[in-house]
Amino acid sequence: QGQTRLAQYYEWLTLEERRALEGEIVRKCLARNEQQCSFVEHRNYKIVYRRYASLFFLVGVDNDENELAILEFIHLLVETMDRHFGNVCELDIMFHIEKAHFMLEEMVMNGSIVETSKANILSPIQLMDKA
Amino acid sequence: MLYIYMLGYDVDFGHMEAVSLISAPKYPEKQVGYIVTSCLLNENHDFLRLAINTVRNDIIGRNETFQCLALTLVGNIGGREFAESLAPDVQKLLLSSSCRPLVRKKAALCLLRLFRKNPDVVNVDGWADRMTQLLDERDLGVLTSSMSLLVALVSNNHEAYWTCLPKCVKILERLARNQDVPQEYTYYGIPSPWLQVKTMRALQYFPTIEDPNTRRTLFEVLQWILMGTDVVKNVNKNNASHAVLFEALALVMHLDAEKEMMSQCVALLGKFIAVREPNIRYLGLENMTRMLIVADVQESIKRHQAQIITSLKDPDISICRRALDLLYGMCDITNAKDIVEELLQYLNSADFTMREELSLKAAILAEKFAPDLSWYVDVILQLIEKAGDFISDDIWFRVVQFVTNNDDLQPYAAAKAKEYLDKPAVDEKMVKVCAYILGEYSHLLARRPGCSPKEIFSIIHEKLPSVSTTTIPLLLSAYAKILMHTQPPDQVLQNQIWTIFTKYESCIDAEIQQRAVEYFALSRKGAAVMDILAEMPKFPERQSSLIKKAEDAEADTAEQSALKLRAQQQPSNALVVTDQHPSNGEPPPVFVGQLSVVKAPNMNNTEDHYSTEQVLSQENGNLSQVDQQPPSADPLSDLLGPLAIEGPPGATVQYENSAVSGLESGPDVVDGSAIVPVEVGTNTIQPIGNIAVRFHALCLKDSGVLYEDPYIQIGIKAEWRAHQGRLVLFLGNKNTSPLVSVQALILPPAHLKMELSLVPDTIPPRAQVQCPLEVVNLRPSRDVAVLDFSYKFGTHMVNIKLRLPAVLNKFLQPLPVSAEEFFPQWRSLSGPPLKLQEVVRGVRPMALPEMGNLLHSYRIAISPGLDPNPNNLVASTTFYSENTRAIVCLVGNMF
Repeated sequence: QGQTRLAQYYEWLTLEERRALEGEIVRKCLARNEQQCSFVEHRNYKIVYRRYASLFFLVGVDNDENELAILEFIHLLVETMDRHFGNVCELDIMFHIEKAHFMLEEMVMNGSIVETSKANILSPIQLMDKA
Repeated sequence: MLYIYMLGYDVDFGHMEAVSLISAPKYPEKQVGYIVTSCLLNENHDFLRLAINTVRNDIIGRNETFQCLALTLVGNIGGREFAESLAPDVQKLLLSSSCRPLVRKKAALCLLRLFRKNPDVVNVDGWADRMTQLLDERDLGVLTSSMSLLVALVSNNHEAYWTCLPKCVKILERLARNQDVPQEYTYYGIPSPWLQVKTMRALQYFPTIEDPNTRRTLFEVLQWILMGTDVVKNVNKNNASHAVLFEALALVMHLDAEKEMMSQCVALLGKFIAVREPNIRYLGLENMTRMLIVADVQESIKRHQAQIITSLKDPDISICRRALDLLYGMCDITNAKDIVEELLQYLNSADFTMREELSLKAAILAEKFAPDLSWYVDVILQLIEKAGDFISDDIWFRVVQFVTNNDDLQPYAAAKAKEYLDKPAVDEKMVKVCAYILGEYSHLLARRPGCSPKEIFSIIHEKLPSVSTTTIPLLLSAYAKILMHTQPPDQVLQNQIWTIFTKYESCIDAEIQQRAVEYFALSRKGAAVMDILAEMPKFPERQSSLIKKAEDAEADTAEQSALKLRAQQQPSNALVVTDQHPSNGEPPPVFVGQLSVVKAPNMNNTEDHYSTEQVLSQENGNLSQVDQQPPSADPLSDLLGPLAIEGPPGATVQYENSAVSGLESGPDVVDGSAIVPVEVGTNTIQPIGNIAVRFHALCLKDSGVLYEDPYIQIGIKAEWRAHQGRLVLFLGNKNTSPLVSVQALILPPAHLKMELSLVPDTIPPRAQVQCPLEVVNLRPSRDVAVLDFSYKFGTHMVNIKLRLPAVLNKFLQPLPVSAEEFFPQWRSLSGPPLKLQEVVRGVRPMALPEMGNLLHSYRIAISPGLDPNPNNLVASTTFYSENTRAIVCLVGNMF
């Protein structure tokens, strides 16, 4: 119900700003239905979002980013999580938040996509599991 | 802990812990340390300094995983210090052939971060060759991140990297044809769509491709993408392939391809905006809007107009917005009527959040492409009727402006206004416009049936009970004007109106009360006004010519001349301000907005009150002058300029004013004047910060920011010497793409001579250009110069009108005086016009030092200790202008 489960910023915002921003965005997105498109404009940004059951994945991008590519990138993230957790769900992300962060870290760095190969993304995490 | 943080609590206590974890020897601990640090801290955090050394050790160390972690940290939060100490190491890593791709891709992005943050620290000269080398890389991971780096580098300086161009094309070809792409990197059968997108994005940063071979190959690839993409069942595959497709479209547009390919693109987009899938429709619309920049496709886009209008009615607000943008962009004279009507119709059903934008755009289009002005008036009135609440004041000010400037439009507008007011339920904004127009021009209709002053009055008066306090003053003005225009006076009507004025004399709202009192007093002097009219044959003519000039609403000259005969002491906001126009003698170049300023009695800033008081006092002074030398030859001359300064050239005129001198009120008076810059419709880009506030600040200082929006920043720096000044405008492009069609035009008021040097047509990305501007002050006046500035960014044409802070007080020069000099002079001045006295009431109390500072920033020198009473402030200054040369002004303040 609009609870944030995982958040990663590539620009520094203070806590209050973050909270306010998340609140606004989440409210906007929750109000939309399935038939509407996955892009919402918010302030100067565009929010690309994708919904998996009760879980929303939101990405804020600036105006010169390919929206569909981001949309698919979200799916790639989900697939990667799937591969790691095996059918990922909200609880997985909640209780293994550090792993989710690692994955994200491997895939995105400073707002740019680093790696799109699932095996490569997961290798450091497996390394850690072993250790 | 991250979880706590994410929920919005502060976790200062853990920062130290996290940073120390970084230096732990074991991998899991280190990893946790790194991740937490990069999430919790920002680049300016103190603890990070502690970590620099550890991070550096990890980067130059042998352990690859550690290297990765360290690079990621730097990539995410690295700041200046990191850049300084680590950049060479990172560059080395990126190019070393012994490192695994794993490390190198991180190094690429790490470098990107460092470069973006501190381009001065990271040395990128001679990187072109290395980038070329990098792009030969087979590993797609490294390619993806190198491409990001390349995009940043190229956007900064495309010339140096042209050698990379063929490489990019090659990569694209390899991907698009799916040659030699490892299984891991294909996504639903599409070879790394992200890399494809990135590559095409990088290609868009190059202006053109000269090499015919490369160009041909690229076009073949693009053609292949354009043709090869079909709608498929699988959502993911579909999305991914369309992502590539849209990027390809963007690239085609950028490259200015042959006509055939272009029309193919338009056809594709046309197909997209008709599909049911909302995402694709959204992007279709957006790309079509972008496509409008390419001139020769407009015709083919117009064929899709009906489809676009359907999209406008989509329930999804994002899609609506895009459709609206597109319609706005594709509108021209041929289809304006259709589109605007469509927009008006849609306004009835539109989402509330959309209405404001919608009505604004409709208003702009109507204005821009109106085949005739009466149509424009129709549209706006309809607009107000349908979406009154969502219409900003600017829009109706604009109509009023048009009507005032076009004589033939006036009867039509008045008739229309009456028609709308006749309807039972009328929006408040509508009441405002109509009351205003009727007040001004109803006499033009007087011969038509049902349009006698009395009837007009009753129509307007019907609305009075239902409107809010902001509208009542406008209505009162309208009454006063109707009364004025009724010749010979109609006794019944007069009594009716007087009753209303008397009623509102005790109104709780200061503005209404004031107007009521004033209008009542004015109209009671009716006979006196008539006398004057009879005695001075020129007067009526002047009155009428000034009505046209005084585009302002509040009072026309008739009232003003009556004002002169009126008892003085009443503070007046509303009426006083209008005397700017006659004293100008010329119609101000721009207008609108003033109503809002004028009507804002609650703008309780001290200066504002000063200024209005001031004008009043000058007017009073004016009055005495008029008394002394009755009908002056030139009807305008007696009104010209603040009269206190109207001495013979070279003469030293001194005047006193027990409040604040007329001169110092310069910048503030401006506020009320008609030259308030107008955010008229054409602006879709929101300025950052309040323009008025910035202007006020600049009236007191000599350098600062005049205007800022997401694309441009205009700074100003000024030097003043006597009656001359030199301003430098700094136009800074805040973006990574150039601003084109830059134009700056100075609209100087009559008293200033201004010369602006050439402004370049284009401002390159992230660059700043300087434009010097010479100013010469010819004679005293309170008007301001206006800078009409426009530029184009992407499809947006932005036009702004800015007041330049070349105001009266800039031509002052502080002049210290001694007691021996001051008092004899002071006493030698006897009464108006040389000596003005004004008591300021209703002003926020101001501490003496604060007052002193204010005077000082107006360039009026305080002479401390001159007056034995410490509560009195004595100040003096010299005013310079070309025609009058130096004028000494003395000011005394008593509390």
